[in-house]
Amino acid sequence: MSKVTVKHAFITSLPVMAGYIVLGTGFGILLSSKGYSFWWALLMSVTIYAGSMQYVGVNLLAGGASVISTILMTLMVNARHMFYGISMIENYRDMGWRKWYVIFGLTDETYSLVCGNPELPDGVEQKNFTFLLTLMNQSYWIFGSILGAVLGNTIIFNTAGIDFSMTALFVIIFVEQWEKSEQHFPAIMGLAVSIVCLILFGADSFLVPSMIGISLGLFLFQKKTERRTE
Amino acid sequence: MIDQSHSLIIIAVMAVCTMLLRFLPFILFSKNTPKFVLYLGEVLPYAVIAMLVVYCLKGIDFLGGDHGLPEIISVLFVILLHKWRHNTLLSILGGTICYMLLIQLVFT
Repeated sequence: MSKVTVKHAFITSLPVMAGYIVLGTGFGILLSSKGYSFWWALLMSVTIYAGSMQYVGVNLLAGGASVISTILMTLMVNARHMFYGISMIENYRDMGWRKWYVIFGLTDETYSLVCGNPELPDGVEQKNFTFLLTLMNQSYWIFGSILGAVLGNTIIFNTAGIDFSMTALFVIIFVEQWEKSEQHFPAIMGLAVSIVCLILFGADSFLVPSMIGISLGLFLFQKKTERRTE
Repeated sequence: MIDQSHSLIIIAVMAVCTMLLRFLPFILFSKNTPKFVLYLGEVLPYAVIAMLVVYCLKGIDFLGGDHGLPEIISVLFVILLHKWRHNTLLSILGGTICYMLLIQLVFT
């Protein structure tokens, strides 16, 4: 692995570093407040590695949830990850030994960074870059969650609102994609369908209908462009 | 007291289901990728990032409280900052500080 690759992966990961340490710490604090030691935070962040799911998971653990409701909850909260896989089939095809790990580590944030950096500078090896970026992101998440579990509720300064850093990251990637693309229909449709579904289905269950709506919208759009080019 | 075996089972279930969702597209479509899936792969990132933005802002209450003003102002600030400098770190830092100040000092 060349030095340039490591350096570029690290610089690219910085926005997520800040966000993951903060959100991971929040998760660790929440978990420790239910009486779980930091080993549990470590176990969850290594094996599950899905931000919002781990927050939900704290309640499932503390509330003594059943296996069936845990399965349904996980499938609903994380269904969007299937979309990430679909968009990365070509990109991740020839990843070799890295493939299983980069797919395992395809979180919202890692996905958005891979999408946001389609062109790499000279000398940066694409496969190693993606692998390192995924690994670095997960290590920030693990570090944050252990930190939170160890610190518990001893953090003194007011951190309210610090989780906005993830929102900002997605907004930035939205802006960059908008600038790079001539075709704005998918972005506008994604936005419109999600907002409509949010209003119709509410904050807790709008993701699955949004995904169905987006797929349907893109399907119709493809038919339309096909007809135009024929 | 923590029910250790229940906790371990629940964590394992969450881990396996999450992995399944992440691996499924690769297992299903790695060999013969249908044309529509290839097409989805190309255009989905644009739609999905938009969905993620909405997902982050889903908790806003436009009718009550602060009417989502801290979020709206901060998102606009991030867009302007990014249009101006195109520096990811600066935009994230600026937007987050803006939001923290708004909810801690202005809209308390």
